[in-house]
Amino acid sequence: MLRVNNLHAEAEDTQILKGVDLEVNPGEIHAIMGPNGSGKSTLAQILAGHEAYTVTGGEATFEGRDLLDMAPEERARRGIFLAFQYPVEIPGVNTAYFLRTGLNEIRKDRGEDPMDAMDFLGLIREKLALVEMDESFLKRSVNEGFSGGEKKRHEILQLAVLEPRLAILDETDSGLDIDALKIVAKGVNSLHSPDKSTVVVTHYQRLLDYIVPDFVHVLMGGRIVKSGDKDLAHELEQRGYDWIARETATDSVADAVGV
Amino acid sequence: MSGGDAVSESKSTDRREWYLASFRGFERSLNGGTASSLHRIRRAAIDCFAETGFPGRRDESWRHTNIAPIVRTSFRDAPDSPPPGLSADQLAPFTYPGLVGTQLVFVDGHFAPSLSSQETALSPHHSGVVVGSMATALKEVPDLVEPHLGHHAPFAEEGFAALNTAFIRDGAFVYLPPGARLDAPVHLLYLSTARCSEDPGHGPGQEGEEAPVTYPRTLIVAEDGACGSVIESYAGLEPSALYLTNAVTEIVLGAETRFEHYKIQRESGGAYHIASLHVTEARGCDFTSHNISLSGRLIRNDITTVLDGEGVDSTLNGLFLASGEEHVDNHTSIEHASPDCVSHEFYKGVLSGHARGVFRGKIHVHQVAQRTDAYQTNQSLLLSDDAEITSKPQLEIYADDVKCSHGSTTGQLDEEAIFYLRTRGLSRDVALGVLTQAFAGEILDLIGCEPVHKRLAELVSAELGATLHSEAPQ
Ligand SMILES: Nc1ncnc2c1ncn2[C@@H]1O[C@H](COP(=O)(O)OP(=O)(O)O)[C@@H](O)[C@H]1O
Ligand SMILES: [Mg+2]
Repeated sequence: MLRVNNLHAEAEDTQILKGVDLEVNPGEIHAIMGPNGSGKSTLAQILAGHEAYTVTGGEATFEGRDLLDMAPEERARRGIFLAFQYPVEIPGVNTAYFLRTGLNEIRKDRGEDPMDAMDFLGLIREKLALVEMDESFLKRSVNEGFSGGEKKRHEILQLAVLEPRLAILDETDSGLDIDALKIVAKGVNSLHSPDKSTVVVTHYQRLLDYIVPDFVHVLMGGRIVKSGDKDLAHELEQRGYDWIARETATDSVADAVGV
Repeated sequence: MSGGDAVSESKSTDRREWYLASFRGFERSLNGGTASSLHRIRRAAIDCFAETGFPGRRDESWRHTNIAPIVRTSFRDAPDSPPPGLSADQLAPFTYPGLVGTQLVFVDGHFAPSLSSQETALSPHHSGVVVGSMATALKEVPDLVEPHLGHHAPFAEEGFAALNTAFIRDGAFVYLPPGARLDAPVHLLYLSTARCSEDPGHGPGQEGEEAPVTYPRTLIVAEDGACGSVIESYAGLEPSALYLTNAVTEIVLGAETRFEHYKIQRESGGAYHIASLHVTEARGCDFTSHNISLSGRLIRNDITTVLDGEGVDSTLNGLFLASGEEHVDNHTSIEHASPDCVSHEFYKGVLSGHARGVFRGKIHVHQVAQRTDAYQTNQSLLLSDDAEITSKPQLEIYADDVKCSHGSTTGQLDEEAIFYLRTRGLSRDVALGVLTQAFAGEILDLIGCEPVHKRLAELVSAELGATLHSEAPQ
């Protein structure tokens, strides 16, 4: 589904990604972990099409098509969804209108009829229940004045409405208490299916108790330096990242001397 | 905005003669109706104009607005009778579906009974409410009109207001007796039928070009405890016609009145519109002005409200859209002349193309006006690199116990918000439209009258859609 190959990227003349490889197949859940500033959000934003980053090498394809050539909206319409680490507040844009406009743009692309306000209300009520959000949010401006947890739940609500093929969740767990974390995880799990994939970017192992990954990758210094199964997450929880840093340092020395 | 001050000064003197001659012609046409108290005011006004003429660029309050194209043009009175065949259908785009109140239509400055919702020029309701044409009101109810007409909006040193006052002929008069309630807003539609310039090579504002001028005059008097709202619409039938609307509105509010005033400005793309609104508010008044400006070549609004009694709550809201070569200048002035009053002001502008915007918000807190609470915000959105806004808050505070704040921001749309919307499937164009409309919508949402709100939302959406389309990279 998603193939990232030796991806290099920079922003404002600083190299951030230095050769990322990642392959995500239908039905898989991947977790990307790593210390702060290692490039996790950069990777997620590049996959969604953020123009602040310049890809300087490598490639990324989605279902066989060149992803890096596509406008952000085209990626969304083809089924890529990014839950933002920092959801953007949009004063004056009503949340219901926002959700319905996005959904209808995506439906239009799929050749489906736009959903009218009544049908949409039926759908949105069901999705609101899933993330345990109140209907009153629909009348408010997008993310404006939402608490941290409400913003994150709102991202999952959008995920539930748009039903993408590939969901990338960037630190959706940060700032959530345990109850909210369970709600978010329940939402993500119920939307997951054998033809869909999920990439969970997280800082902590905690979320992975509820969204159980098939693969765990460690992103450090702009590269995926280690991959494993869910046990790797537990190991990281206990031992931190330093040992990996040391391991990779040795590896690269070994690489350099050609062992 | 080329210079040549000396040249324009001398031209402006020439043009003064033109208006004085025009006034003498107007006097002759009054057929002896020059003995009235109104005519004494007209004469005082034309004397003021003869003295000071048009404001110049050195006049601080006109520094950012070049009126040379207006001074250059020979404006003639618009024709007396409306062009034959003007039908209610042609008015439809300028009305508000669902609005049930009285509608008075003025075509080129003259009351048009056949297009208005009332046949008679004046309709004294049972309740004592009077709504009608100024010309008729001056004849039938002079006792209600004369104490106020020309007594509130100053014309000394105000060239345009002086000309409007000198040429008062018709307009609208609304009177609410003590305690009266208007169930639905009164709509005053000032329509211009000026045609486009015949010769396409002869652009607007050429030396000596002739074009029609109207001097709409509105007087609204609400006695103690009255409650109501009036919508003033200004519009041009021909999309790019050249003409001048020089309008003055006086609103006199008694104690404890609740009043809402809407000014919806949709002049032709080639038109000049210079207007002043003067509001006097007595004790305990609750007043709101909505000033919405959608089109016109050069627009200037002077809005002054005098808080002339304790406990007044006064609100000035405004939205202006300017594209292409348009120039919009809003000057507001809030006179806190009494203690314990509150004023709120919220103005927004959306500028694109080479448009220029000016906002000056003066808050003058007099020495007696203790415990004043005044709050002003001005936000501008620039959709192109060539658009410009000049924003000047001006706080003059002479009392010591006051709360006064102001904020002014100018910027582009938030790129992060655009990206966020695009990741949800909206194209860049749609995202820009959504965000721009949200920006403007914040002012429109303050409009309580639903038919007006709905119609304006449509108009703003259409206007912004067209603007964004023309700004989009080809
Ligand atoms: N738009 C940007 N411009 C400049 N530097 C950036 C930008 N985005 C991220 N960075 C830098 O790239 C590095 C990685 O950031 P980020 O991807 O946010 O890390 P993570 O999500 O893993 O914490 C940081 O040093 C950050 O400051
Ligand atoms: Mg991050």
